[in-house]
Formats: sequence, C-alpha cells, structure tokens
Amino acid sequence: MNIILLIIQREFLAKVRNKSFIVMTFLSPLLFVGIAAFVGYLSSIKSEVKTIAIHDASGLFAADFKNNEEYRYVNLSNTNLAVVKDSVVSEQYEGVLVIPAAVKNGMHENQIQFLSNDSPSISFLSDMESVLSHRLTQLNFQKANLDTLAIKKATADVSIGVAKATGESTVKGLNEMKIAIGGAFGYLIMMFIVIYGNMVMRSVIEEKTNRIIEIIISSVKPFQLMMGKIIGTSLAGVLQFIIWAILGFTFLTLSSVFFGTQATATPGLSPELMQTAQHEMSSSVFQYIQELWNLPIATILISFVVYFIGGYFLYSSFYAAIGAAVDNETDSQQFLLPIIMPLILGVYIGFFTVMNDPNGTIATVFSMIPLTSPIVMLMRIPFGVPTWQIVLSMAILFATFFLVVWFAAKIYRIGILMYGKKPTWKELYRWLKY
Amino acid sequence: MKNIVEVKNVYKQYGDYVALNGVSLQVPKGSIYGLLGPNGAGKTSLIRIINQITMPDSGEVILDGEPLQPKHVQQIGYLPEERGLYKTMKVGEQCLYLAQMKGLSKAEAKVQLEYWFDRLEIRGWWDKKIQELSKGMAQKIQFVVCVLHQPKLLIFDEPFSGFDPVNANLIKDEILELKKKGSTIIFSTHRMESVEELCDDIALIHKSNKLLEGPLQDIKRQFRTHNYEVGILTDQSEALLAELKQHFGVQPTQFKSLNNELQLQIQLNNASSNELLHALTQRGQVTHFVEKIPSVNDIFIQTVQNN
Repeated sequence: MNIILLIIQREFLAKVRNKSFIVMTFLSPLLFVGIAAFVGYLSSIKSEVKTIAIHDASGLFAADFKNNEEYRYVNLSNTNLAVVKDSVVSEQYEGVLVIPAAVKNGMHENQIQFLSNDSPSISFLSDMESVLSHRLTQLNFQKANLDTLAIKKATADVSIGVAKATGESTVKGLNEMKIAIGGAFGYLIMMFIVIYGNMVMRSVIEEKTNRIIEIIISSVKPFQLMMGKIIGTSLAGVLQFIIWAILGFTFLTLSSVFFGTQATATPGLSPELMQTAQHEMSSSVFQYIQELWNLPIATILISFVVYFIGGYFLYSSFYAAIGAAVDNETDSQQFLLPIIMPLILGVYIGFFTVMNDPNGTIATVFSMIPLTSPIVMLMRIPFGVPTWQIVLSMAILFATFFLVVWFAAKIYRIGILMYGKKPTWKELYRWLKY
Repeated sequence: MKNIVEVKNVYKQYGDYVALNGVSLQVPKGSIYGLLGPNGAGKTSLIRIINQITMPDSGEVILDGEPLQPKHVQQIGYLPEERGLYKTMKVGEQCLYLAQMKGLSKAEAKVQLEYWFDRLEIRGWWDKKIQELSKGMAQKIQFVVCVLHQPKLLIFDEPFSGFDPVNANLIKDEILELKKKGSTIIFSTHRMESVEELCDDIALIHKSNKLLEGPLQDIKRQFRTHNYEVGILTDQSEALLAELKQHFGVQPTQFKSLNNELQLQIQLNNASSNELLHALTQRGQVTHFVEKIPSVNDIFIQTVQNN
C-alpha cells in the first residue's frame, strides 16, 4: 500500500477513535442548541418596568409619553422640581425629564434635560427625542399657520424596492441573508482551520515527545509524514462536519414536522383566517426560497470546497512546522499569534467591509491575499463576484500553498529531530537554508 | 561484495558545528560492528545518515554495492537510542503499521509478528496499549518492530539500555541469532563489556573524526603492550627479582589467587614469553602466567585521551 495512504489511515483512525473526538462530535451540537435556547430564554425574560418622572413646565408634552412594556411615565409637572430631583436621587424614579417653560415659545429646545443616576440607553434617549421633536414640529407648523392636514397628506413615505438590472425582482433583507450565508461558510472555514490546525500541531508534538519520530522517518520521508498527517486529520474533520450536517438536517426535518402538525392542529382559528395566514406566509417564504435558488449556489459550494482545502492545507502546513519546531504546546504560543491574526482579520473584514461594499477595493484586495482569501472571498461570493477574480484568488491561494508547504517541510524536517531548546524566529530562518 | 556498508569520506555540518569530518568506514557483511565513541562524537549523526534521516553534506554511503537510495530503507532496521511508540495505539496495530511502512504487506507482517511474539513470549500483548506496558516491555516491542521486516542491516543504538539483566540476555541471544542468519549488525554503545563479548569489528569516533577501525582482534594486537601477569611460589624472591630486572621491566602487582605467591607484572622488552617462563621456572613453581590483553575499555580511554 502507498505509504502516504497508510499514514493518512493511521492519522484518521487515531483522531476518530479518540474519546474527545466522539464527545465533541455529539456533544457540541447539543451544546450549541443549548446555548441558543439559553440566549432565547434570556431575551424573553421581561426586564422590570422603569418609572420615569416628567416635569413639564410648558405643559405641552406630558401627554405624549405613552407607557409601554419597559417604561412607565408619571407626570409630576405640578411638583417642585427640587423634590422630584430628590426622589430620583433616592431611586424612587429611574430618571426625570425636565422641560423648561420657555420651550413653549419654540425656543430653548436644547435646554430639555434628562436627569438620572445611571446613564440612560441610547435607544431610550432617541425615542424621547423623537417624541419631543414631533410635538415641537407640530407646534411650529401651527404657529406658522400651516395646514397640518395638508402637510400630513403631502408627506411621502418612500420604501425603495430592490431589483436587479436584469429585471428579476428581489426581496428586501436579501443582503442580510447573503452575508449570513457567506459569513457562515467563512466562519466555518476559520473554525476548522483553528481546531484542526491545532490538532495537526499537537499530533506532530506528540510524535516528537514520544520519540517515535526517529523510527518513522527512518522509513518514510518527512514530507510524506507531514502531508499524511495533514490530510488524515482533515478527513477526520470532514467526517465530523458530515455528522453535524446529518444531525442538523435530521433535527430540522423533525422539528418542522413537529411544529407543522402543531400549527394545523391549533384550534380557535377560523379556517379562512388560517388559509390567508398560510397563504401570506408561504408566498413570502416562497419568494425567499426563490431568491435562495437564484444565488450562485453551485459556485458557493464549489468555492467552499476549494477554499476549504486550500485554506486548511495552507494553514496546517504552518501548524505542522510550528509543531515540529517546539517541544511542547506552551512553547508554540509565540509562533501561533501571527497565524491567528490573519484569520481574525479575515473574519472582521468579511463582516464589516464586505457587508458595506462587497466589491470595494478593500474587500477585493483581501479576497486575493491567500491568508485571508478563503474567508473574505467566500463572504463575497453570494453578492456576485466576477469569475476571473475567483479563479485568480484560487490560483494565488494554491500557489502560496505549494510554496508554504515547501518551506514548512524544511522546518519540519529539521525541527522534528531537534530537542530541548525553544527555537527563535532567527533559528527557524536558518533551518530553511540547511 | 565483502562490505555491506561503505561510508566514504562523509562530511556533515550543523550550522557552525561539524558533526562528521570526512569519516570513512567499512562494515563487513555478516559481522557485528561496534560503533564506539564518547557522547557527542558524531555516532548518531552517522547512523542517521545511513538511515537516510539526514543527508551528508558531502561524501557518500554505499549499501551492498549501491549508493544509498530511498528503497534501501526496507533493508535496514533501526533501533534508535531514544525509544518511543504511539502511547495510545494498541501493540498489534502499531507493529502492523510500522511494518507496513517498511514495505511489508499486512499478511506478511502478521506472520512475522506471530513468530516474534511467540519467540519473545509476549503473545498476550496484542490488544494492549503501549501506555499500559512497562518500559522494558515497550523496549521488547520496539526490538520486534526493528527486526520484523528481516532487514539485512540492523542498526542498534544502545540496545541494552532499559532492559533488566534477564531481558538484556534474551536480546543479546537474539542479536547473535540474527547474525547467524546472515544479518549484519551495527552496534553503537558505551557498554564496553558487551562490545568485548559481541563485536567482531569496531570503529572509534571521537570529535567528529574516526580514530580507529578494524577487526577487534587486530586492534587489540595493535594495542598489545607485551605485559604479563605472573605468579610464582619461590623462596628465592630476592635473587629472582634481581635476575628478572636485568632483562625485563618488573613491577609488583596484585590479582586474586588461592596461593600466597609472589605477584608481578612483567614487561617483556623484546624478549619472548618463553624466555620469561624459562627464567621463572628456574626459581620456583609458576602458578599464574597470563598476557595482559588490553580491554576495549582501555583502548577506548587511551585513544580518546591521546587525541
């Protein structure tokens, strides 16, 4: 049997049989669902209602503040301001909105103040601001003798419809969906690289500390061992993903069947209402599904596989070289940082820059740089990327991969036989020249 | 081909450090070849080059008439000084894996493994993990892995370290058995008594240079000092000593004996041993007459100190 195949087989079995692999594979989806449920539960808990005092000397606004789930408003305009302030300090009220009388004349609107012990949330402030400015605007209209009814009629409410130049209509929120899909794939690649790259490194260190390495490389070339290790470990990872995908799919199917029957069984809804509701829902869902099919799905999936292989191999060669250079995992930290940095950078660029401007200069450049391209390009692809860019980016990625593997193999070859000393960057550079 | 391994003028440098400075060796086929040298002399570097773990900077190695090539790893069995196996792998699987790496098919490997597991009485270990075994037990496995593919050249780096005397003896017998079957064995060690016992040829490496090489007997002859240990029962010791001192170098010495005799170490000084014996028999009864042959240990220390 081919020796690389033999090594791949051993590495694969060693990973898959490991108890932590089995536990991780079946426990982490549970953990994931658990965390999601926990977050959902946390956000469903109603926060306690906060009471806000309003001291409105102008007498114009107090009635505009309506109680809601979070805030209750109490009109204390007739109470002495000093007393109200005291009761805020003694935490009877969350805060007090102080509106001076002069505001009535359409002036001094900047003298309105909110006094509180803890600083209020930004959304709360802007809500209050919009209530106040709406009322003031109305007052100003009246003062200028403008016909408020006519103004209301004349006010336009624009909602931009999104469509492609080719004429197909699209739905809103598609961009969010695209970044979610691209982001999910990009993030998956990053996670895979970090988790399985680390596994490759640990397995190299293990062979070094076990001292079995000398026996093995008296039979095979270090390069064969390194590649076998990288491929075998990645296959274990692919298996894990497949199991997760199957679990996820089963879970989705089961839950949709479960909730589906539950929905039809809901009593108390008239059949007509049910029908319209279902029709409405299915039409918008249908539109989304249509849109989903309009995405370059084949391109996304193929590029996911290609970038996955390229990116993972590129980074695991780094990891393998680091594992060979050090004696134990703690020593590896100083070399790991420069590897993690571009990965994190890739994710940040993906989520911020690509979302704002998928085909802008920054996004394009980073989707070409091989250390970030697997993540950034995958996030760009759902938005539509010219084929030549994808091909170029893949070509750069694989060219870099071969270059890095060549260097990594050199460090690996020397490193696996070096013991007892934590190497410096300078020494690693020297090893390249041996 | 008389020699299975010929190392020709091999030079190896790590950074600024010269590990091997133009070393040449000839390992005769079918011999047990002792590779001696103090720590850091370059033995392991040389062994790694023969195993193709590293490449020489210059010079070449000939294995059985051919320059060293990747395919030759299948003909070499190597037991490194630093032993190790996969701790969480089962013994049987691990042996099969390492044997397949040396080019054996799975079926061949199984046959060989059964033979060796029987022979070393470790049959019940197949499903154990290495981490469950003691150090000595793991060493046995390692020995099996090294010889499994019936290599024509075996390289043992300190093979007896970690073995108790019983198992060390067992391994020694196996090594002799392998030699009988036609394997050549390169044997690197510090334990001079095992060199004395096993080796046909030796080479001494010191500070990256080869200082000595050849059949052990020839080397001993070369280091011979013509000193004899003599014991004699005599009542004329004064006269005997005076007479001996005229022709030979005489020194008192001590060795274990059943008699209360006069014990001397005598340097022949160009005379023959018969002449000495003749002189002795004139004066009393000779109880002890042995040539002091230099031990490998003596040769080792003397050579290393002179350089």
